[in-house]
Amino acid sequence: MAFIEIERLERSIGAHNILKGIDVSLDKGGFLVLLGPSGCGKSTLLNAIAGLQPPTAGDIRIDGDSVVGLHPSKRDIAMVFQSYALYPNMTVGQNIGFPLEMAGIPKAQREADIATVARTLQIGHLLDRRPAQLSGGQRQRVAMARALVRKPRLFLFDEPLSNLDAKLRVEVRAEIKRLHQQTGATIIYVTHDQIEAMTLATQIVVMKEGEIQQTGTPAEIYNRPANMFVADFMGSPPMNMLPGQVAEDGAHLIPEAAPDTPLPLPAPLAPGRKVVLGIRPENIGDDPTGAVPLRLDLPVEIVEPTGSDVFLWLRLGSALLTARLPGNAQPPVGAPYPVAFDMTRAVVFDADSRQRIA
Amino acid sequence: MATTSPGALRRLQDWLPRLVLAPSFALVLVFVYGFIVWTAVLSMSTSRILPVYKWAGFDAYERLFAQPNWWMALKNLAIFGSLYIIVCIALGLFLAILLDQRIRIEGVLRPIYLYPMALSFVVTGTAWKWFLNPGMGFQNTVRGWGWESFTFDWLVRPDMAIYTVAIAGIWQASGFVMAMFLAGLRGIDSEMLKAATVDGASTFTIYRRIVIPLLRPAFLSAVIVLAHMAIKSYDLVIALTGGGPGNATELPSTFMYSYTFTRSQMAVGSASAMIMLMGIAAIMVPYLYSELREEKR
Repeated sequence: MAFIEIERLERSIGAHNILKGIDVSLDKGGFLVLLGPSGCGKSTLLNAIAGLQPPTAGDIRIDGDSVVGLHPSKRDIAMVFQSYALYPNMTVGQNIGFPLEMAGIPKAQREADIATVARTLQIGHLLDRRPAQLSGGQRQRVAMARALVRKPRLFLFDEPLSNLDAKLRVEVRAEIKRLHQQTGATIIYVTHDQIEAMTLATQIVVMKEGEIQQTGTPAEIYNRPANMFVADFMGSPPMNMLPGQVAEDGAHLIPEAAPDTPLPLPAPLAPGRKVVLGIRPENIGDDPTGAVPLRLDLPVEIVEPTGSDVFLWLRLGSALLTARLPGNAQPPVGAPYPVAFDMTRAVVFDADSRQRIA
Repeated sequence: MATTSPGALRRLQDWLPRLVLAPSFALVLVFVYGFIVWTAVLSMSTSRILPVYKWAGFDAYERLFAQPNWWMALKNLAIFGSLYIIVCIALGLFLAILLDQRIRIEGVLRPIYLYPMALSFVVTGTAWKWFLNPGMGFQNTVRGWGWESFTFDWLVRPDMAIYTVAIAGIWQASGFVMAMFLAGLRGIDSEMLKAATVDGASTFTIYRRIVIPLLRPAFLSAVIVLAHMAIKSYDLVIALTGGGPGNATELPSTFMYSYTFTRSQMAVGSASAMIMLMGIAAIMVPYLYSELREEKR
């Protein structure tokens, strides 16, 4: 039995279904990321777990006991919010101590706990300041300290990094990862940022329009996406998608964009079936070892150097494909460039159901 | 236009704003600040029915504070002012919290509460005079329903009449105070309330420890607005009780008017006006000071 079990959870407002039967389970010490575009219901799901928005149907069990109908404060959870949600009229120390105060813990014990958690997060020197006097990163640390100080059995994070600038986001992300590794806490984390999901999660749940698209480890989600939505949502730049038809031999794809360039399929399929071939930019590129059998000379339309990588936009018939080269590559614009296609890493989706079939 | 050189045009542009503002500036200078100075001068003179400029020092102030009537006015102001401010704020905050619970017909209710503020004090005073009149208003109606012994005659009782002024004033201003608090409540981050709920605070604790402390600026504004309205209130008393019965609802403002213009005691009336000005200044100056300091930060 898993530590967190969510079963057929539904929530609707009027005729509008925000969550359409969600099943999630998470083991103790796991880091679950709810990932999806805005409006997919991930925050609603988190609020339902916290008890802030009651579900209309289904069950949530923590450690075997159903918590549906239980007041948020009785669930032994802590939550970190996007806007940090610090109390501006209290000092940092009072903010961190507030949940302890509400739990009726004596002042001496409270102060010892505040000092300990402040040391862990290196905010000991800020305890007498007010939230308004802190930077965004410091506020985020205080918000995490307020959650950590209660030693709850479950942490909930609601897009905690969205209000930080890019550099701080990377720093705090690493901090959260370190905290998870050190404390072994069980965490459910909501984000729309696939990089955050990939770097932090032990398990990712990809959601869209109130339904789970795929549940799996970061590697599974990235390499074996269940459908075209997940494939497209994960990865930047996104996966190349080539619609086409399976050839007579069942082992090649005739791309719509370039019917005279058949591409080998990763697995044999029924001839004539309409499919979409997906291949990530990093699986198209230079091949110094010569181990990849498929090589094509494709004209370069656009070159995008990012420093660490160079992305090429290559023309294949009427389609454009993105390829990734090492950062020191200097491909000429306009001229054909030889690239290797690692078709063993490619995936195939059914054109109608949009589900992965190979 | 050939005669207008670019230099002259620029000078005109520099001077135009000042020219346009000059008349109103002059009017304010004369009719506000000029008359304050004039009142101050009169309060130091021996003026009775008409202004005379014979120096009398603080004689009028001494006579003012020797008047039992003036002490009555100050006592009434203390009762009326403190009730008015405290009850308006308590009631306004209570209504604002109720109205902030995302109820459906808020758009209808809010203007209903705000409406009394749109009435003039004379209308409020007259309406409440009818309503509280024992012979034709509330008391008479309840007696008409059959409760013969019912008595609500505060309006005509010298010891209770000042409370009827407070009731009418509170009825008029509490909706306005509610709007101020409602604006403050709407500015509070909903995630903060969620965080407090998860942290284990009860609704009552959330309001006491987080929401009400955050409304401090709204409290300050409400006190300032209500305090100066209380000191200035004149028309409400005149319409409701006319200062009576006897002098039971005398306020500094009605005192000032009757001494200056009807009792031929212009110096004493001016002195009372100066005391009122000082009272208002004692409230406004610290407020303006703190506001301006905030702006500079």
